[in-house]
Amino acid sequence: MKLDTATRTGLRLAGVTLRLGDGDDTIKALDAVSLTVAPGELVAVVGPSGAGKSSLLALAGGLTVPDEGSVTVDGNDLAAMNPAARTAYRREHIGFVFQNGNLIPALTAIDQLRLIHHLNRRRTGAQDAAQWLAEVGMAGKAHRRPHQLSGGERQRIGIARTLIGGPSLLLADEPTAALDRARSHEVVELLARETKRAAVASVMVTHDTDVLQHCDRVVEMVDGKLSG
Amino acid sequence: MFLALRELRFARSRFALMGAVVALIAVLMVLLSGLSSGLVNDGVSGLRRMPVTAFGFAEGTRVDGAFSRSVVDARQVEAWRGQPGVEAAEPFGNMLVNAHSGAGAPIDLALFGVRPGSFLDPTPASGSRLGSADGLVVSSTLLDAGLRLGDTVTIDRLGVKLTVIGATADQRTFGHVDVAYLPLDTWRRIHSGADGEATAVAIKARNGATLDLAAGDAAARTTSLTLAGAYATSPGYTAETSTLTLIQVFLYAISALVVGAFFTVWTIHRRHELAVLRAIGASRAYLLRDGLAQALLILLAACAAGVLAGLGMGALVAGGDVPFTLEPPAVLTAAGLLIALGLLGAATAIVRIATVNPLAALGAQR
Repeated sequence: MKLDTATRTGLRLAGVTLRLGDGDDTIKALDAVSLTVAPGELVAVVGPSGAGKSSLLALAGGLTVPDEGSVTVDGNDLAAMNPAARTAYRREHIGFVFQNGNLIPALTAIDQLRLIHHLNRRRTGAQDAAQWLAEVGMAGKAHRRPHQLSGGERQRIGIARTLIGGPSLLLADEPTAALDRARSHEVVELLARETKRAAVASVMVTHDTDVLQHCDRVVEMVDGKLSG
Repeated sequence: MFLALRELRFARSRFALMGAVVALIAVLMVLLSGLSSGLVNDGVSGLRRMPVTAFGFAEGTRVDGAFSRSVVDARQVEAWRGQPGVEAAEPFGNMLVNAHSGAGAPIDLALFGVRPGSFLDPTPASGSRLGSADGLVVSSTLLDAGLRLGDTVTIDRLGVKLTVIGATADQRTFGHVDVAYLPLDTWRRIHSGADGEATAVAIKARNGATLDLAAGDAAARTTSLTLAGAYATSPGYTAETSTLTLIQVFLYAISALVVGAFFTVWTIHRRHELAVLRAIGASRAYLLRDGLAQALLILLAACAAGVLAGLGMGALVAGGDVPFTLEPPAVLTAAGLLIALGLLGAATAIVRIATVNPLAALGAQR
């Protein structure tokens, strides 16, 4: 659970534009969006469906590249990397928390975490994974598979899976979409706590205004433009 | 193989079902391989075990049934003896006859007429070599069928009586009929051939020498076939081997398709999971390697189980009336091909992994 955070500068989107579609059907999913998220800061992005929130996450996570502008994580320009280098960078420096956890059905809770070490060819394996499970309050369910866990538990595992890789940037896509009110608070509290503790720059896309109190900052996205 | 092994454990019933199909195909492959080798042995083991490089048949003889159509004379044998690279050339007689044992049991025989003391003269594992005019050295399979050394064999209609004086160590058959060697002169008497006549010229090349068959044919007025080429002269040999080969080819294709279809469905089923894996940083190469390793593990396990079951069933069949011979190289080749083609089928399905877009993990599409 060692964290090297000294060189982190966080996420910076500068004048980012993303167009979707072809020809006359082209729309601007993101229109000159600029956003900076510092290490240890949890920023919530809210807005109606189709506003471009998921596109923002996709760009910040290097899943796609902008048509204009730049996306940098700790000063590294994601668009300047080739796809293989971007995948490797994502593996080592960016973590995703998905809706419903998006855990791998065949893996137990502890193996979900060990998978990240395996992908990164680290040998610290089981012990580190057990510590992270304990950190998110899931030590007693290490050998359960996703279908044996509740929605909140799945999200906790998802957060631990993201943090075990020691990312600089954490991107959460509607992490409370399938949770009740109490579980939603627990999960976002956990996200906020780990964001501070691990000095991660975190962006959470959500429709759930009830959990915004745990965030450091809230920005609103409407029609591909950011405000707030 | 971190993911591959855990998925195998998690979805074991699905993988077991697919593995069972491959294992059954492997059982069939082993049985077909044994049947194929058995039929080949039954058809041409008598020829295969002759120390012959080529046979010279009468000029223009058709390959199909050449041993029953061809007649050569002593001049043709002499002409072959004079060819470069030829160590020895001998007249060889081959005919199928009906006979009866002393006990009155009917026996079909492929009579191989050879000159005693020549390179064609077989070395018996039991009894004595050819020498006396009425002596027969028979295939070991005839002893298995109940014939004994010292027994008398009477050729039907001609009434020629021959005595079993020796037996070979192994199976020697031609056209599914047991071979019996006898002196060429006796063979000619039974065949009603003129003095000096035989079925073909058996040619043996010097060590390392390459025979110029065309030149030999021109000089001896023969049509020659290499030893392997002469297998096709055995009655039914080409039809049998091509039928079994066709069945085997179909089984290989079915195996590749079954494995390919399974992994196509499996990959489509995992599409969202694969998108998540790509999003969290798994490279395409990692996922392709993992998928192929998974396919290889199933194929290896299923083939091993199938081959073992096939060998067990084969052991029950072998030794009976069915021509069945299990030859390790043939079984290993069949298993190897099954694995290789199954892997090819899996690879064509698994390659779809490369097209999975990690954006799908977010539900956002560009």
